[in-house]
Amino acid sequence: MEKRVRFKGYLLPICLVMPQIVITAVFFFYPAGQAIWQSLFIPDPFGFSAQFVGLGNFEFLLSDPFYRASFITTAIFSILVTAVSMGVALFLAVLADRLIKGSGTYRTLLIWPYAVAPAVAGVLWLFMFNTRVGVVTWYLGVLGYDWNHVLNPGEAMGLVVLASSWGRISYNFLFFLAGLQAIPRSVIEAAAIDGAHFWTRFRTIVFPLLSPTTFFLLVVNVVYAFFETFGVVHTITAGGPQQATTILVYKVYSDGFVGQDLGSSAAQSVILLIIVSVLTVIQFRYIERRVHY
Amino acid sequence: MVEKRGAALWLTHLGLIVGLFFIFFPIWLAFVASTISQPEIVRPPMPLLPGDRFLENYSKALVSGINAPVARMLFNSAVMALGIAFGKIAISLLSAFAIVYFRFPGRQLFFWLIFLTLMLPVEVRIVPTYEVAAQFGMLNSYSGLIFPLIASATATFLFRQFFLTVPDELAEAARVDGARPMRFFWDILLPMSRTNIAALFVILFIYGWNQYLWPLLITTDPSMNTIVMGIKQMFPSGDDTADWPVIMATSLLAMLPPILVVIGMQRLFIRGLVESEK
Repeated sequence: MEKRVRFKGYLLPICLVMPQIVITAVFFFYPAGQAIWQSLFIPDPFGFSAQFVGLGNFEFLLSDPFYRASFITTAIFSILVTAVSMGVALFLAVLADRLIKGSGTYRTLLIWPYAVAPAVAGVLWLFMFNTRVGVVTWYLGVLGYDWNHVLNPGEAMGLVVLASSWGRISYNFLFFLAGLQAIPRSVIEAAAIDGAHFWTRFRTIVFPLLSPTTFFLLVVNVVYAFFETFGVVHTITAGGPQQATTILVYKVYSDGFVGQDLGSSAAQSVILLIIVSVLTVIQFRYIERRVHY
Repeated sequence: MVEKRGAALWLTHLGLIVGLFFIFFPIWLAFVASTISQPEIVRPPMPLLPGDRFLENYSKALVSGINAPVARMLFNSAVMALGIAFGKIAISLLSAFAIVYFRFPGRQLFFWLIFLTLMLPVEVRIVPTYEVAAQFGMLNSYSGLIFPLIASATATFLFRQFFLTVPDELAEAARVDGARPMRFFWDILLPMSRTNIAALFVILFIYGWNQYLWPLLITTDPSMNTIVMGIKQMFPSGDDTADWPVIMATSLLAMLPPILVVIGMQRLFIRGLVESEK
């Protein structure tokens, strides 16, 4: 879509886009270019010179068992976060949608955890499950279960998943509820008159009609789990135990800033860059379709 | 007729209330912990009802904190969140205006350059971006907290979409009346964009306030820490016991401003959320 009416002049519009272009160039393109460039070198330990290794960093990374493990960890983590946060949100949204009165109140009560930062959510959940003072840990102990996410990799993953999903429920709930309320009542009532029970109606009518929302949320939640959960991991487990919760973004940070392995960290950045690009393209292709329909 | 009555209605409410309970519980527990004393926490189980040390714990956190006063960290967070929100809105409004209302050499190129930044979250390019910020002497400064996060394709697109829906007649009329482009921008376009700006502001404020990784890298001086990243710094290294009442009071203070913004501006918040994802 283009405007018919335009203003004249070249200088003014260029001045108007410049602030954004300059900031983008300095803080986006230059660093991204640097990441690509650095990924082709191995710097010497003193940082005076660097040796060109071509795709050596990538080859090394892809054959590195720790990096592969981190890939699998990230996959498991993002599948679990997406499933838990979307499942709970859909359940609550279906319930709220059944109400004639009061769904607005529940919406108000449910949306604000969106505002809690992932890092703060991490601290809250860490407190509940703390091995020494945690309330949930203590009650689990009474029930005979010995919770220790500091030592047990599975429990560490579970805790990070719960804390990451928790704040995300609000967001998914909001979109699911909007999607459900957009489904024409007449369709559902027609099915009800034909004798379809709640579960049949949900399976054959509601869920298919909701699929654009579901697909959109799938992509958005995977992006969230990949890139915005650093705070949760850093506050709760710092990647441990034995790298059990070292997701890719955390590994870029720990290799680059803690381990000072710049070549490898840059190569990891480039791999992440490719992943984000793919996800963004998927999101856009789909959204294009949604806009046209 | 498909709405539920009687027992089924109560079951629906029950389900929602159980859901609400799980969502509220972590925050309730943090609130309780912020109102009791350390000995009550380190001898589990801690009580589940608030104690009487609310004022004591919160004033201790705000005034002295652990590494830096929390009041100072709140101020840093406010500067960062407001700086990012206003900065993003300002540069995006200008560039969207230029892209929609002018035809100039390089317009397509600039559009694509901005578009590509959608694909580059800060988490992906942390090491080189940190190096750039360090070269500019931006470590431990507000400009270091704000500028690298200020470019945003999302906001530019939102305004572009909106400007495209503004009737051409308005620009035409302004031109016939001899208004210069910036005059049209200030007097007509900007007032028309009010709601969009407010909705976006809510989303961007929360985005800026909740940043974690970037402040963690860029601020090594405790007095420049933002509150969200400062909480983690309050945990002792090694085996010492954390000062839980103060940490929990800080956590609640950290989540309060964005929560107030969401609840107070709920309509704008939902609008902003839906629009910025489109």
